[in-house]
Amino acid sequence: MSTGSAMNPRIVSNGFSRIRYEVITYFRQGDSVFFTFLFPVVMLTIFSVAFSEETFGRDAAGVTVTAAAYYLPGMLAAGVLLSGLQNMSIDIAMEKSDGTLKRLAGTPLSPISFFIGKIGQVLVTGLAQATLLILVARLAFGVDLPTEPTSWLTFAWVFLLGVTTCAILGIGLSGLPRSGKSATAVIIPIVLVLQFISGVYLVFANLPDWLQNVASLFPLKWLAQGMRSVFLPSTFESVEVGGEWNLAGVAIATGIWLVIGLIVARLTFRWIRKDS
Amino acid sequence: MNTTNREPVVEVVDLRKTYRGGFEALKGIDFSIARGETFALLGPNGAGKSTTIEILEGYRDRTGGDARVLGVDPQHGDLGWKNRVGIVLQSSGEQANATVREQLTHFARLYTNPRSVDEVITAVGLDDKAGTRIKKLSGGQRRRVDVALGIIGNPELLFLDEPTTGFDPEARRQFWDLTRSLKREGTTILLTTHYLDEAAQLGDRAGIIAGGRVVALAAIDELGGAEARVPIVRWVAQGIPHEQRTDRPGELVARLSASGEPEKLEVIRPALEDIYLTLVDAERAAQGVLA
Repeated sequence: MSTGSAMNPRIVSNGFSRIRYEVITYFRQGDSVFFTFLFPVVMLTIFSVAFSEETFGRDAAGVTVTAAAYYLPGMLAAGVLLSGLQNMSIDIAMEKSDGTLKRLAGTPLSPISFFIGKIGQVLVTGLAQATLLILVARLAFGVDLPTEPTSWLTFAWVFLLGVTTCAILGIGLSGLPRSGKSATAVIIPIVLVLQFISGVYLVFANLPDWLQNVASLFPLKWLAQGMRSVFLPSTFESVEVGGEWNLAGVAIATGIWLVIGLIVARLTFRWIRKDS
Repeated sequence: MNTTNREPVVEVVDLRKTYRGGFEALKGIDFSIARGETFALLGPNGAGKSTTIEILEGYRDRTGGDARVLGVDPQHGDLGWKNRVGIVLQSSGEQANATVREQLTHFARLYTNPRSVDEVITAVGLDDKAGTRIKKLSGGQRRRVDVALGIIGNPELLFLDEPTTGFDPEARRQFWDLTRSLKREGTTILLTTHYLDEAAQLGDRAGIIAGGRVVALAAIDELGGAEARVPIVRWVAQGIPHEQRTDRPGELVARLSASGEPEKLEVIRPALEDIYLTLVDAERAAQGVLA
C-alpha cells in the first residue's frame, strides 16, 4: 500500500517528538527522578562524606585520592545502568500493563519512532545525570577532573556505548516482570546486586577472584572499569585485573551485550500480548 | 486509497476466534458496516463483543473467517491504515504525566491530517482542564481524554468500545452530540455499549452478539423483527396472571373491561431493552439445551 511508504519520513520526526514527550514526562515522575536520576548523586555524597577521613591511594605525584574522587567513576557507571537498564525496563513494563503501549499500537506511530524516543530520553537524562555527578564531585568535593582530551574521548565512547547497551538491555528485560506492579520488585534487585559485585560500592580489586569472574560476565563491571580509566590516576591501573585498564575488553564485552540486547529486544518486544 | 465509497468500511465474514485454552469466543460472525454508518454492537459480557472489536482494531488475530477494515486485513494493518482509524479502547489505567493539551498535541503530530487540538478539547468539554495533568483528572474526565485521543487523527472509521462508562448523564448527552456531529462529517462508527438507550440514540443499525454468534442484525427500530414489537397486554383474572400479544391492544382491553375492571391491567410496547433481553435469553436457553 502506497500510504505505508508515505509515512516513512515521519518515523524520524515522530521519534524526535517522542524524545521531547518522554523527557518532559520523565522529569514529572517523582519516584523515577529520585531512584534512577538522583540516586547515584545521593550515594556519591554519602560515600564522600562517610569516608572523608580515609585515603584510597595516591597518584604519581604522591597526592592522596579522596573518597569522592575514588567513587565518582563507579557512580557514573551506576548512573548509566540506572538511567538505561532500570529506567527503561520498569518504564516499558509499566506502560505495557497500564495500556499506554496498547494505545500507541493503535496510532500511526512506528515502533522505531517509539524506540528513538526511549533511547533519546535515556541519552538526554543520562547525560544530565553524568553532568550533575561530575559537577557535584568537582564543586562540592573538589575532585580534580582529567585535563587531557583523550580521557574525555574515552569517557564519551564508554558513556555512549554503555548508555545505549543498557537502554537496549532494558527493553529486553521489560518482558521479564509479569505486571507493571511487580516491575520494580523484579528489576531493582538485579540492578542492586550488579552494583555490589561490579566495583560501584565496593573496591573491585578487593573482591575474591571468583566474584570478579562472575561480575566480568556482566556489562557494569566493564563500564565501571572504563570510567576508572578516565577519572583515576594511572597509579591505579596496576590493581586492575591483568594490571591494565583493558579498554579493548570494555569495548568488546559491552559490544557483545549490545548485540545480545538487540536480539532479545527484537525477538521479545511486542506492543501488546496478542492473546493474553 | 484503495477503497471506493460503495465498498463497506467494515466487512466480517464467518469470523471465528478460539482462544489458546480452547474457548470458542466467536463461532462464525457476519456483518458489514457501510460508509458513514453508525453500527452498534450489543451483547452481554463475555458474548464476544470485545473480541470482535479487537480483531477489527488489529489487536487480536482471528482463527477463522475473513475480516476487512477499510479494505485491509486488520491483522496486517500498516501505519497508513492506522492513520485512517481512530480507536477508543475500554477504559485503561493510564497515568499520563502530560497535560490534556500536551497529550493531544503530541498525538496529533502522529497523524497526517489531524483535527485542531483546541477544537477537540472543546468538543469533549475539557476546556477548563486543558492544562491539567491527565493523572490528576477524575475517571469520567480521563474517559473524555480517551475519546479525544480517538478522534484527534480525524479518522474515517472510529471504534468506540464502551465509550461512556463512568460518564454522568450530562456528560453522556454531550458525548452523544459529539458522536452525532462526527457522523454528520461522514465518520463511520463502530460502537459497543451496555446502554441500550445509547445504541438507540446513536445507532443506524445494530447487531446483537450472544454466545459467540450474531442473534439479531437489523436497523435499530427493526431489531428482533416486527413480532418482537407487538404490544403485550397483561392482566390478572381470578388470581391467575395472563399475557397476550396483540396488534390491537385497545380492542382487547375493551373486551376485557366489558365484564368489569380487569386487575393489574397494563399495555406494554417492547422497547429496545425488552427486545434485547428476549433475544439474549432465548440464546442462553438454547445454549443451556445444548449443554
